Amino acid sequence: MQQSQCTKWMTHGEAGLMLFFSMAAFVCAFAAAKALDAPFAFHASLAAVASGVASFAIMNRYLDRPASLPPEEINGKPNYNVGPIKFASFMAMFWGIAGFAVGLLIASQLAWPALNLDLPWTSFGRLRPLHTSAVIFAFGGNVLIATSFYVVQRTCRTRLVGDLAPWFVVLGYNFFILIAGTGYLLGVTQSKEYAEPEWYADLWLTIVWVVYLVVFVMTLVKRKEPHIFVANWFYLAFIVTIAVLHLGNNPALPVSVFGSKSYIAWGGVQDAMFQWWYGHNAVGFFLTAGFLAIMYYFIPKRAERPVYSYRLSIIHFWALIFLYIWAGPHHLHYTALPDWAQTLGMTFSIMLWMPSWGGMINGLMTLSGAWDKLRTDPVLRMLVVSVAFYGMSTFEGPMMSIKVVNSLSHYTDWTIGHVHSGALGWVGFVSFGALYCLIPWLWDRKGLYSLKLVNWHFWTATIGIVLYISAMWVSGILQGLMWRAYTSLGFLEYSFLETVEAMHPFYVIRAAGGALFLIGALIMAYNLWMTVRASEADVGTELALQAAE
Amino acid sequence: MSFWTRHQIFEKNSVILIAGILVVIAIGGLVEITPLFYLKSTIEVVDGVRPYTPLELAGRNIYVREGCYLCHSQMVRPLRDEVERYGHFSLAAESMYDHPFQWGSKRTGPDLARVGAKYSDEWHVTHLTNPRAIVPQSVMPGYPFLAQTEVDIAVVADNLKASRVVGVPYSDEQIRNAVADLKAQADPDNLGTDAFAKRYPKAVIRNFDSKAGAPTEMDALVAYLQMLGTLVDFKLYNEKANLR
Repeated sequence: MQQSQCTKWMTHGEAGLMLFFSMAAFVCAFAAAKALDAPFAFHASLAAVASGVASFAIMNRYLDRPASLPPEEINGKPNYNVGPIKFASFMAMFWGIAGFAVGLLIASQLAWPALNLDLPWTSFGRLRPLHTSAVIFAFGGNVLIATSFYVVQRTCRTRLVGDLAPWFVVLGYNFFILIAGTGYLLGVTQSKEYAEPEWYADLWLTIVWVVYLVVFVMTLVKRKEPHIFVANWFYLAFIVTIAVLHLGNNPALPVSVFGSKSYIAWGGVQDAMFQWWYGHNAVGFFLTAGFLAIMYYFIPKRAERPVYSYRLSIIHFWALIFLYIWAGPHHLHYTALPDWAQTLGMTFSIMLWMPSWGGMINGLMTLSGAWDKLRTDPVLRMLVVSVAFYGMSTFEGPMMSIKVVNSLSHYTDWTIGHVHSGALGWVGFVSFGALYCLIPWLWDRKGLYSLKLVNWHFWTATIGIVLYISAMWVSGILQGLMWRAYTSLGFLEYSFLETVEAMHPFYVIRAAGGALFLIGALIMAYNLWMTVRASEADVGTELALQAAE
Repeated sequence: MSFWTRHQIFEKNSVILIAGILVVIAIGGLVEITPLFYLKSTIEVVDGVRPYTPLELAGRNIYVREGCYLCHSQMVRPLRDEVERYGHFSLAAESMYDHPFQWGSKRTGPDLARVGAKYSDEWHVTHLTNPRAIVPQSVMPGYPFLAQTEVDIAVVADNLKASRVVGVPYSDEQIRNAVADLKAQADPDNLGTDAFAKRYPKAVIRNFDSKAGAPTEMDALVAYLQMLGTLVDFKLYNEKANLR
């Protein structure tokens, strides 16, 4: 019997992935049974369950869907794929609050050590990577994936490539976060800063990241616009470079394929150089290039002004990515890393100031002719203040990379303060601003539930940041000076312990700042939740935004 | 054709853009990292640095597991106050068998690069169990569970084997006797102590947690802490020859 053309078939992707996940479920169940240590057994079981669920979900989705896949265009307009973006935005908010809360907890542990509870999984050493990974990779990563999938579709005027692939990226990435995060609590870590996940989590992330790159690039390739928009250059540099850094820093040999422990291929001074080549460029490409892409799309959109200078963005882009990669050794000043490498790192870090401020100027000047909107639109204010914080921390960074300054600042809280002025002020605020724009767009709402709450969020978080970074400046410089203080007789003036004691008040202030920042994020979550829940009629506090392009 | 027009080749072709990005980001990394693998001056020539004993390695893995490096550096810088406070500045050679390196980036607590032999075993055991029992102002977490957990004997030899593959020069004999050596180092009455001492010259043999029975994680961690920075004899170290 001749079937008509509407016969329903599984796509190659559906069949292939179902097969892959069914097999993965068995392999992981087998690994769980053979596991040498409890955390590995736990992770293998999680993976087995997740693979089983994935396989089932793909079948279920196939049975429910119409015979043909969603069309590329509807009535001549691109049929944008928003499902995975919605999911990633939701997860960003979820992980953001989790990450800020853990941050508050570990900040409090430093002020009141009894909060460590003397249990393995609640000690500072295990929670601190949970905090950094939750905010950088879970919160930041989901914001980057969500916005990149949104921006690449809009600026290319085409639907995201792939049917299951975008879902594979967002779900797979969040599964990586789950494995990494629970691993830290169970003591599974490489103890390489910001590259803590063990070998099997790293392998899984590699697969997810390659699919991410393929989806992004193939969408660029089928664009309907002649030019690739500047934001996409930055997203692309972020995705490509993170892949290179991840592979360079993480080659490791597992002690057993059924155990969590591995030994990193690099040792000693070479490992140190690889680590900070990776670590500083996680800052440069994950926390900077990716979020600059957000700046280049969302600030012009929200201000309804074009990007200030096209030529500046070209110089900004190439200079930034060329110079950033050299800056790693400034984390290793005066260490056993050879001097020539330290000097190179310092030189390029100072030069990096220029493209950083070029980018800041490009972002800020985009507001030319629209500065009045800062008075009325707290979302735009958040975006603009984020760029101001970017400018501040990209001045502070080069300054701290000068060896004499670094001899004081290194090993102290000054570094922590510097990181947080970038992380809370720049990455946090630009992400919040982007989510405040994105959520109404994604759920087709006229605007946010309440601009007044955005205002509250803005001021609570800003005061929180100011408390945080000024406490860390004072404690960092104070401790650095105390370590090197000499009495008139030529003896070291302070014992190490006296410098620890002196930190206490600043650790309390820092925790208070962190609490304010967390409260701000909770206000935001409520506001976004109400925005999504609101029916069309309830919304109206904000002028309708034009469809983004 | 102006520069700005020429740049359109990147803006109109995603593959060329990726190629451009890869070339531009490769340069800095290649220049800074590759010479470290062939320049002879990168790692100083010193006597005394040896691979970790099985017990020390187990202790180091606990140090890695608990994220100690997040508050303790292992890198004394050549600055007057640091050298006076902690001892001779750290050499690259002293961490050449470290996979991963644990130089750290923050000193919430003091540097540990030369903590070995500075305090008694008993001090360490008390301090690790409850830091504030011995240092009231400390903000360090307590690790009472270490003394109650035995070292996982089953994976000791495999840990040495994996280390050897990534470049730590363990001999076949050291790998074969890994478990025996681990037990011997934590028990001075053990019959294998002589053989152990031959395989790891100058390694300290003590019952670190002063408890009878199988070696605990406390034994392992204290053994590791007590050897940190003790391998190189700086009276014999030729500073001029290693100037770089």
